[in-house]
Amino acid sequence: MIQTGLISSLLKGLLVPLCTYAILAVSLNLTVGILGELSLGHAGFMCVGAFSGAFFTNVMADAIPGTGVRLFLALLIGAAVAGIFGVLIGIPVLRLKGDYLAIVTLAFGEIIKNLINTMYVGVDAGGLHFSIKDTTSLGLDETGVVIIKGPQGITGTPKAATFTIGILVLLITVFIVLNLINSRSGRAIMAIRDNRIAAESIGIPVTRFKLMAFSISAALAGAAGVLYAHNLSSLAATTNNFGYNKSIAILVFVVLGGLGSVRGSIIAAVILTLLPELLRGLNDYRMLIYAIVLIVMMI
Amino acid sequence: MSFLSYLINGISLGSVYAIIALGYTMVYGIAKMLNFAHGDIIMVGAFAVFTIVSTWGYPPVVGVLGAVVFCTILGVVIERVAYKPLRGTSKLAVLITAIGVSYLLQNLALLIFGSNSHQFTSVVTLPNLKLADGALTISSVTIVTIVSCVVIMAVLLTFINKTKIGQAMLAVSEDNGAATLMGIDVNRTIAVTFAIGSALAAIAGALLCSAYPSLTPYTGSMPGIKAFVAAVFGGIGSIPGAFIGGILLGVIENMSKAYISSQLSDAIVFSVLIIVLLVRPTGIMGKKINEKV
Repeated sequence: MIQTGLISSLLKGLLVPLCTYAILAVSLNLTVGILGELSLGHAGFMCVGAFSGAFFTNVMADAIPGTGVRLFLALLIGAAVAGIFGVLIGIPVLRLKGDYLAIVTLAFGEIIKNLINTMYVGVDAGGLHFSIKDTTSLGLDETGVVIIKGPQGITGTPKAATFTIGILVLLITVFIVLNLINSRSGRAIMAIRDNRIAAESIGIPVTRFKLMAFSISAALAGAAGVLYAHNLSSLAATTNNFGYNKSIAILVFVVLGGLGSVRGSIIAAVILTLLPELLRGLNDYRMLIYAIVLIVMMI
Repeated sequence: MSFLSYLINGISLGSVYAIIALGYTMVYGIAKMLNFAHGDIIMVGAFAVFTIVSTWGYPPVVGVLGAVVFCTILGVVIERVAYKPLRGTSKLAVLITAIGVSYLLQNLALLIFGSNSHQFTSVVTLPNLKLADGALTISSVTIVTIVSCVVIMAVLLTFINKTKIGQAMLAVSEDNGAATLMGIDVNRTIAVTFAIGSALAAIAGALLCSAYPSLTPYTGSMPGIKAFVAAVFGGIGSIPGAFIGGILLGVIENMSKAYISSQLSDAIVFSVLIIVLLVRPTGIMGKKINEKV
């Protein structure tokens, strides 16, 4: 389609982000739609996944020459690390309820972004070096390379993510989420959403299932983050990339697509990502129109 | 001495947070919604002052009054147009609309004023206060901020506890349906709450930009979120809670900037919030909600 000019170059550049946002929307739908807890920190998990994945790709640049293999492994690692973060954050967070839970997830997202911004990680013959001050205090030897450069983030990640890989990851995500929803665990999770006390009284381990949904959602967001990182040559934890605004943007996809509807999330993510780009001709007015569309759609 | 000056600056920043948080907490208490656009009303207020004072050349007092009037009207209009039709629907729908309003205000400001940062002239023209032979200088903005916060807090508490409309607000926040049955005009009460919240946001905007004089369409966003955190910190829905939460947040932020790391200050503020909520799940002054089967 690219050769025949059906897809413009602008659209071509958007293909991978479209997959990324669709995955993020589907994974957040697991928390908001299926589990029924409002999370405003989804971009935080994406950030964790993006940085761990990109870090892995850069560290292993010599050990594993094939970019495809490295991306595959990076996706697994990004998802795993984000999943672990999901469990770690989920344990305290899921004790809270409603709006309090929402604000704490927002807080965690901001903390993750803030910590990554102050983190310096380098690698040399002696292994990994960490610092939260600057590159010189890492104490690297002459073979050392600084990989995470604080506010500058990670630069030089190969742009290995293609549309095909993006679609594959999206399909795997949809597969995982749909299977979860239709499984015994999924029904238990939805029972907790509909009535926690009733679910508890028939012997459903509430905390375990809540944690399960939350961490799976985090892991999928991590995979989306890896995809995102491998589409950019330089990755930095800025407010635009991984701030609460991004979390909210993902939440908008989920709500407009319909809570609990996987198909809806994907459609909403695609339309709402394309809309500001298609309105680019209107220049300054495009975000204004986007905002009005958002309000009118809800009313 | 430097500790004292950090502390006072922290209280001053905290006072701004507290004024914004009061607006958040009142709207939450009554309409049960997270008004994400509140932070952007701060920005609109600051731009209104900027236009009236710097562009049109009126005195600062006129500027602040004009901004308060403008934001009050804006708040009521937003409530009427965007939030009222959604009353009774799901909380998430209202949240998304609030986000839409927030984008709308930011982009309108971007369109009118551009993305460049504007130099905001302080609305406070008094001389700075020098104590202990000049070893400790307290800027006049700091003093005005703290004083106005305390005054606002006192006026607000009196208003809510002594006036009829204040009592109506309490009743609506307690039980919407019962308040309607008692003959309280719920729509009017909610509109008044939005008006007060937006007026407070305008004042906060003027004070915030007097202390940190760079004004962009995104100025209100981060203080808005911080104030939201402050409101949750103190127990959302509680007015004294918002005050205490705001002050504490400002002091913690300034202290961690001064003594730990300026880059990590946000992370520290949010960590404190998390710890407080884990110990007291409804905030410092929040009411404990009993779960019914």
